[in-house]
Amino acid sequence: MELLSGNEACAIGAIRAGVRFFAGYPITPSTEIAEYMARELPKLGGIFIQMEDEIASICAMNGATAAGMKAMTATSGPGFSLMQEGIGYSCMTEVPCIIVNVMRGGPATGLPTKPSQGDVMQARWGTHGDHPIVALAPWSVAECFHLTVNAVNISERLRLPVIILLDEIVGHMREVVSLPEKVDLYRPPKPTKGPDEFLLYDDDTNYDGPVVSFGEGYRIHISGLTHRKDGFPTNDPATIAWKMERLRRKIEDNRHWLWDLFYTDLGSETIIVCYGSSARSAAEAKKIYEKRTGKSIGMVRLRMIWPFPYERLTSLLKSAKRIIVPEMNQGQLKSEVERAVSPLVAVKSVNRVDGEMLTAEEILDAIG
Amino acid sequence: MPSAEIPTIFEYLRLDNRFPHILCPGCGIGTVMNAMVRAFIELKLDKNKLCVVSGIGCSSRIPGYLDCDTYHTLHGRALPAATGVKLARPEMEVVVLGGDGDILAIGGNHFIHSCRRNLNLSLIIINNFNYGMTGGQFSPTTPLDAIATTSPYGNIERGFNVTEIAKAAGAVLVARSTTYHAVHLKNMIKRAIQKKGFTVVEVISQCPTLYGRMNRLGDAVKMLEWMRDNTVSVAEAKNDENKITIGVLWETEAEEYLAIYQRTIKRAQEKSK
Repeated sequence: MELLSGNEACAIGAIRAGVRFFAGYPITPSTEIAEYMARELPKLGGIFIQMEDEIASICAMNGATAAGMKAMTATSGPGFSLMQEGIGYSCMTEVPCIIVNVMRGGPATGLPTKPSQGDVMQARWGTHGDHPIVALAPWSVAECFHLTVNAVNISERLRLPVIILLDEIVGHMREVVSLPEKVDLYRPPKPTKGPDEFLLYDDDTNYDGPVVSFGEGYRIHISGLTHRKDGFPTNDPATIAWKMERLRRKIEDNRHWLWDLFYTDLGSETIIVCYGSSARSAAEAKKIYEKRTGKSIGMVRLRMIWPFPYERLTSLLKSAKRIIVPEMNQGQLKSEVERAVSPLVAVKSVNRVDGEMLTAEEILDAIG
Repeated sequence: MPSAEIPTIFEYLRLDNRFPHILCPGCGIGTVMNAMVRAFIELKLDKNKLCVVSGIGCSSRIPGYLDCDTYHTLHGRALPAATGVKLARPEMEVVVLGGDGDILAIGGNHFIHSCRRNLNLSLIIINNFNYGMTGGQFSPTTPLDAIATTSPYGNIERGFNVTEIAKAAGAVLVARSTTYHAVHLKNMIKRAIQKKGFTVVEVISQCPTLYGRMNRLGDAVKMLEWMRDNTVSVAEAKNDENKITIGVLWETEAEEYLAIYQRTIKRAQEKSK
């Protein structure tokens, strides 16, 4: 048993999942992750490098993963904005990486030391161009560990960036946890074809085909230009359409096993749909409400917010009378919940954007 | 016995489906690629342990034609990307290529910090005084008063002195050559690759299609002749200060990043015992 913060648990999860490369730039409230990595990675022979900015950090990480390492970076709002082009590069080149964004109040410098869930849509739509994304949202210190391990495995299997959305509360909160020394790791297959026949982007069935890195004698070309199966640029409309469809389908076709959510008491009239630290307030509100009234409240907690589980929510929430979505933003995920259930069920938002945590009382007020 | 033969430039090129290249007739970038490949041959670099990294721009298209690991990264970001590759695979030779806009404007911060960090990378900056890929806008090396599509009345900004910046920021070897001096250029690239630490070669190159035409500098041959007539070697530089100096302009010794990092690993491991 150890007393850890969410940020530390995140770093430990990454290391246990085999991450041996970290490139980052100091920014509150994520810096503890970089500090932990600076202390621990050299002991394991791994690489910690503090880059000149967040753009350099994500590009160095992309380079290290293209050369075969498991890599991570951690940042917050303004740094996450700077990283967007590099996240798109990771999507396009299909090279895995882990980006932890410990959300703080924004826009601009905003509230460096205060929590927010304001980057939910930036995680989804922050890069230019069209592509889906994978983003996870832990609500506890233990989950920071487990979801980081999951993130590394998803990223390695589907060859894409995975974003972990912590917020200042989850990142800085301390809890006593017991973390496993050993975790299950996904190991990508090695190619059976030689350098002359091997194609970087060949597998269109499960998108988890063999993987090759720089330095393995395959003399590969990795480019951010829209490319063919062999990685070289193309202007051919059919090939461009194939690539774009590939980026879409590798998440779309795998969404059922990607989706990660918990639910309880779905027979209740009112159901709270929540994620991250505001889910902690929601759980508290549920407890108080049930004690006061003797009636139950349903709860759906999303551990993965992108890809959003639309069809799943449609079926889980079909008998609800109303849905409450508490968020520390102006209602970003509320619209997605609405897309899943409207016009059958009314969706009400409970929001707070003043840098303070949503309280159980505020959620109770919304329930009425 | 093919293995006993001296390799030719063709062995380092992706001849099966990459050519013809995209460069304009008379462009200097092909000359730089040629000199670079000849440097690879003379240094007997194993193409399975060689990674050429670039950003975005005309110069940055070179890696696509080379038969080694090649990494075509984001605009301005070749250096941080190469930093990641080199740290992950220290046994690989990592060469970075870029134009004046790519490396010095959008990538300017990475350029100075790469010089300071002194990781064992070789950077070749192909300086043709303008943004070619986007149609001839002024760049950080465009001289004052020069015409570009975004300085139609003459450039109002002064150009960078690339080699002085590299020296001041901590590069351990700084050299300059031109596309006219092709053999000299090859030798400068060789020196840069051989030197341990962060090295910079600035190559003065011609863009006859855009910069040359807009500034009435004549065709590619005229521009090359200008390089011949307006350059002077380091040894003779003092006699003629109005000319561009070519050769190794600066060389010093400093411990390389990964060598220091290895000591850090040792220190961390001893402390945790």
